[in-house]
Amino acid sequence: MATASILIIDDERVVQESLSRWFTEYGYDVRTAGDGRSGLSALAERPSDIVLLDIKMPGMDGITVLERIKEVAPEVVVIIMTAFATVDYAVSALKMGAWDFIRKPFDPDDLSRLVEKALEHRGLMAENVQLKRSIEEIARFDDVIGKSAAMQAVLNLVRTVGSTDSTVLILGESGTGKELIARAIHAASPRRYMPIVPVSCGALPDTLMESELFGHEKGAFTGAQYRRKGKLELADGGTLFLDEVGEISPKTQVDLLRVLEDRAFVRLGGQKLTEVDFRLVSATHRDLEAMVREGTFRQDLFYRLNVVPVRIPPLRERREDIPLLAEHFLSKLSRQMNRRFAGFEPAAMDRLARHDWPGNVRELENAVERAMVVGTPPVIREADLPMKAAGEPFPVEGETSLAAMERVHIQRILDKNESNVSRAARELGIDRVTLYNKIRKYGLRKE
Amino acid sequence: MPGLTLVPVGAVPAGFLSALSARIVSLFAFETVRARDPLDPSFSRDPERGQLHSTRLLEALAAACPPGDGERILGVADADLFIPILTFVFGEAQLSGPAAVLSLTRLRPEFYGLPRDDSVLLARTVKEALHELGHTYGLLHCRRPDCVMRASTNAGEVDLKPALFCRSCAAATRS
Repeated sequence: MATASILIIDDERVVQESLSRWFTEYGYDVRTAGDGRSGLSALAERPSDIVLLDIKMPGMDGITVLERIKEVAPEVVVIIMTAFATVDYAVSALKMGAWDFIRKPFDPDDLSRLVEKALEHRGLMAENVQLKRSIEEIARFDDVIGKSAAMQAVLNLVRTVGSTDSTVLILGESGTGKELIARAIHAASPRRYMPIVPVSCGALPDTLMESELFGHEKGAFTGAQYRRKGKLELADGGTLFLDEVGEISPKTQVDLLRVLEDRAFVRLGGQKLTEVDFRLVSATHRDLEAMVREGTFRQDLFYRLNVVPVRIPPLRERREDIPLLAEHFLSKLSRQMNRRFAGFEPAAMDRLARHDWPGNVRELENAVERAMVVGTPPVIREADLPMKAAGEPFPVEGETSLAAMERVHIQRILDKNESNVSRAARELGIDRVTLYNKIRKYGLRKE
Repeated sequence: MPGLTLVPVGAVPAGFLSALSARIVSLFAFETVRARDPLDPSFSRDPERGQLHSTRLLEALAAACPPGDGERILGVADADLFIPILTFVFGEAQLSGPAAVLSLTRLRPEFYGLPRDDSVLLARTVKEALHELGHTYGLLHCRRPDCVMRASTNAGEVDLKPALFCRSCAAATRS
């Protein structure tokens, strides 16, 4: 642990000497200054953890010195030393940012504890600065990969909009990394030291969604044994991220609209209005404008959400990013899985680059992960990849529903494995019973 | 280890100094512990505070100590000590110098309204003596709870620490 440093600024030589000896015995690095000006020079030369500052000094008085210290070194903990008659000054000093004050002469017990607490405070402040730096490090856009013009445009928009408090609507197909972009927007915002609170709107039924968003009071409904804060309250000061916002029910749309208008809400079973201050970022893979036209999404809510739209291009529209992303996932997963892959053989990379990636970046990551499981280091080979060769449309032209894709994919894997259900199930990563159920469901042939 | 001279500062019970001397010899391994005539502390008395200025006492004690031969001199005052910025001190020492001084006043249980107990007073005084003498060997306050060099700013803290140096502080007093 580094030696704590103390600067004593007092015009009385005897005070400087007494305190200097006292603190030296504690092992502190002690310096003294006889007036405000030389105290400020000492601080400019080398910062101190604590400054013990006399309030009444000829020339520059303690209050002025305190002002200057707070301007040039706000992290320094300043303790004001005062005689009984100058408590009013000491109170002004506290208002101006002094950490505490102590009356002369000091009780050694009080002085010792005050300095220990001040150092603890200084340590916490330093830790706070360090944590903020760590957050800045973590919050860099490292995970948002893309050198394509389309992705660079998205990242530029994220940087621009991030520093504002504007409501953002992120649009993009499934797997394009909408949550990652939401987190990047939060990380670029002044709210980045407060939480980003994600809510999966598609995952919960209406009643649970209400409780999830608004929280509830004790006894609000059967099973509500405790008061619980909702996501809106948890996001106070930070960012609320509504994922799959196109899935919310008409009732929740109304509730949400009210919160966005009033910036306040009432917990379920409660009466008190709770004010909240959050930045709203939403995301959806749905065409909300079409939903508004169809009458399934409220127009007024859409306008509230769609202040700054950010559209993330699908992977097939930025194919130049595929090798970059594939290498990124390979390196990230190599560390996580402890499997040392150095790269892709050219044919494998070529296949990755030609694939259409209907599941976008998430599908690419899954494909790389699967290849790393079935492949053998040091390189990923074409045969390790789960996708069909280039030129083979996947799965069928004209049919884009998940069920249609699943049906065709299962049939192909069955054919490839000569209708061996065990082998096909293993390759599909599901159990045999599930595969039998799917064969029955889709009426697939086994031979 | 060279010798230690014990100096009563003003009137101090003679029996008490003998007991203190015996305990210090057993714990600090001074070759000799001598007693000297009392030092008149009136020059260091602050009339407003009614206390003795410990830094002035230290200067007087150091002047009476033969320089350069490693001898130490410890003043024992049965009066309250102070340095100007603090309301009181239990004692004061010259860091890596020859002189130290301590006060019995705030080590006495009766100072806190408790019954007189000379064994408590002696135990506390031994710790303060070792602590201040430790400073004369250049020791700073030690963070270890099992070391007499741990800082103590009230009698309770004096009671909590042992009359022993931790391993590293003990080594520093020998080097």
